[in-house]
Amino acid sequence: MDASPGKRKNATTDATGEIWDLRLYVAGQTTKSITAFENLKKICEEHLAWKYRIEVIDLLKTPQLAKGDQIVAIPTLVRKLPTPLKKIIGDLANTERVLVGLDIRSASR
Amino acid sequence: MVTAKQDPDVLEKCPTGIKGLDEITKGGLPRGRPTLICGSAGCGKTLFAMEFLMRGAMDFKEPGVFMTFEETTEDLAKNFQSLGFDLHDMISRGLIATDYVLVERSEIEETGAYDLEGLFIRLGNAIDSIGAKRVVLDTIEALFSGLSNITILRAELRRLFRWLKDRGMTAIITGESGVGLLTRYGLEEYVADCVIFLDFRIQEQISTRRLRIIKYRGSSHGADEYPFLIDEYGISILPITSLGLDYIVSTERISTGVPKLDAMLDGKGFYRGSTILVSGTAGTGKSSLSATFANAACMRGERCLYFAFEESPSQIIRNMGSIGLDLSRWVKEGLLKFHSARPSLYGLEMHLVTFLNVINSYDPQVFIIDPISNLSSAGTASEVKSILTRLIDYLKMKKISTFLTDLTHFGGNLEHTSEEISSMIDTWLLLRDIELNGERNRGLYILKSRGMPHSNQIQEFLLTDQGVGLVDVYTGSGMVLTGSARAVQDARENAAELSRRCEADRKARDQKRKKTLLEARIAALRAEFDAESEELSLMAEEEQKRQMVLVEDRSEMALLRKGKPTRKSVRNGSGKGA
Repeated sequence: MDASPGKRKNATTDATGEIWDLRLYVAGQTTKSITAFENLKKICEEHLAWKYRIEVIDLLKTPQLAKGDQIVAIPTLVRKLPTPLKKIIGDLANTERVLVGLDIRSASR
Repeated sequence: MVTAKQDPDVLEKCPTGIKGLDEITKGGLPRGRPTLICGSAGCGKTLFAMEFLMRGAMDFKEPGVFMTFEETTEDLAKNFQSLGFDLHDMISRGLIATDYVLVERSEIEETGAYDLEGLFIRLGNAIDSIGAKRVVLDTIEALFSGLSNITILRAELRRLFRWLKDRGMTAIITGESGVGLLTRYGLEEYVADCVIFLDFRIQEQISTRRLRIIKYRGSSHGADEYPFLIDEYGISILPITSLGLDYIVSTERISTGVPKLDAMLDGKGFYRGSTILVSGTAGTGKSSLSATFANAACMRGERCLYFAFEESPSQIIRNMGSIGLDLSRWVKEGLLKFHSARPSLYGLEMHLVTFLNVINSYDPQVFIIDPISNLSSAGTASEVKSILTRLIDYLKMKKISTFLTDLTHFGGNLEHTSEEISSMIDTWLLLRDIELNGERNRGLYILKSRGMPHSNQIQEFLLTDQGVGLVDVYTGSGMVLTGSARAVQDARENAAELSRRCEADRKARDQKRKKTLLEARIAALRAEFDAESEELSLMAEEEQKRQMVLVEDRSEMALLRKGKPTRKSVRNGSGKGA
């Protein structure tokens, strides 16, 4: 996982003006977390071009943030924007399910 | 070597502060270990957990974390409020931390491997924020409906309980019971140290809450089902089956409120702390006698608790006013407390718990139940007996004088209680109707009174506007009479007595007269006799005089004949001489 947690990655506005605001909750640099981050980055680059922003939150450093987004499982990916809020838990290994979970298919169409 | 705390053989316990639970668990829940509380919906699991935390924070200086999966903090605060705890205040004082965990399945997609580290972090954060010693997870099973990967979930739960143990948290985990299982998802597999089962049972439309310790590893515990009560003070469990017979008794005597009844009881009344039963048929004055006893207790300045199963307090006060007892005065002074309830209001166990709860909070010296026979409408005879045994044991232990009334039915054996508690009774008074000459009167006698000589007499029991009174019944001539018959008989006896007395007087007078008469006759006779003897002596004198005259005459004659008078000549002289 190259990105230090909590830092924004690739944030730009595009012609569509729609930004995908994603948060990935992790707890330290575990294998699952690293896998999840890498999978997410790959999916986003493929399907969302530059219209996304990923915030990685390490709960070991900021545990109080877990409450706000009702985080139970690690890793959890939260789609803050566009609404409605969506959550995907797991290492995001199944790209298909991630796309369904984030509703990306319809957006990129 | 090892200290006591590290000794694995000695299980350290964490007091819950829940009334009664610490007694049956012999000290509380296992410290530093998770305990599973399971039961069906509405059995009081959450409340149990809540009270555990609150008591811990307030009484034992052990802050606690309440992690809820079902209710928001706001809802939780309302529930706490119902027990008189201010959750928000406790949160702001750092005694309690709450965390509402919501797992919404519709929002969540699962792909690939994950763990529940997020939950651990939240819990850990909450624990650290207040230095918690106690943790409640209510109810963690909600995770099973929110997450689909059961394998991961089970592994993570096992890890969670181990983690709690490692952190030394005394935890309560609640779980809803499933069909044929203690918990729907088999949580008891993970929480192996202590399992408590709460039950909410409805029998003949009457509900009773019960608690049972299914398992307590490394500790002995009460194995029965204990009834418990949820009221405005929280949960009360009453482990009163464990009471023994080793209470200390008093030799102090207390008045019954009826002087004559005191007199029948060795002149001193009941023993303090003894159990008194008054049985009798309807309308024999049982309630009046109990109210009199209550009144006497209040007059001594003692607190009296009056459980009424038939009448409302105001009705009792009104009715007792008619026999000159002003009970409202004592109520106002706080010496008398009524507790009215229909026996069918709740189950027997619940009644017992209510009794004990009120007794504990009011701390009376005198306790009255009027009548106990009504309890049988809330359970079977053996259940009533069991309840009353435990109640009486408890009251004896607390040295509370207990006055029970029992309604016996016409045609039934009077010297028999339907509850079969006679052997537990120290003093048994029997009130009975005595029907005679077209009227019914009340009679009272003492069937037994342990530890004192007592009267064997039946007394007539009177209810007057001056209170309760006892009168000796008429027992002469081989029959027992009461009421007007007694009065008539008394009058009849008085008349007979009077005439007997007159007769005796008359006889005495007669005798006197006879004596006088006799004396008179004696005097007369004596007078006659005297007269006769006088006459006799007069005659003798006369004869003597005559003899003397005769001798004189003879000698004079001899002189005249100039011869010597001989006896022969004297004798024949008259013939010869003539």
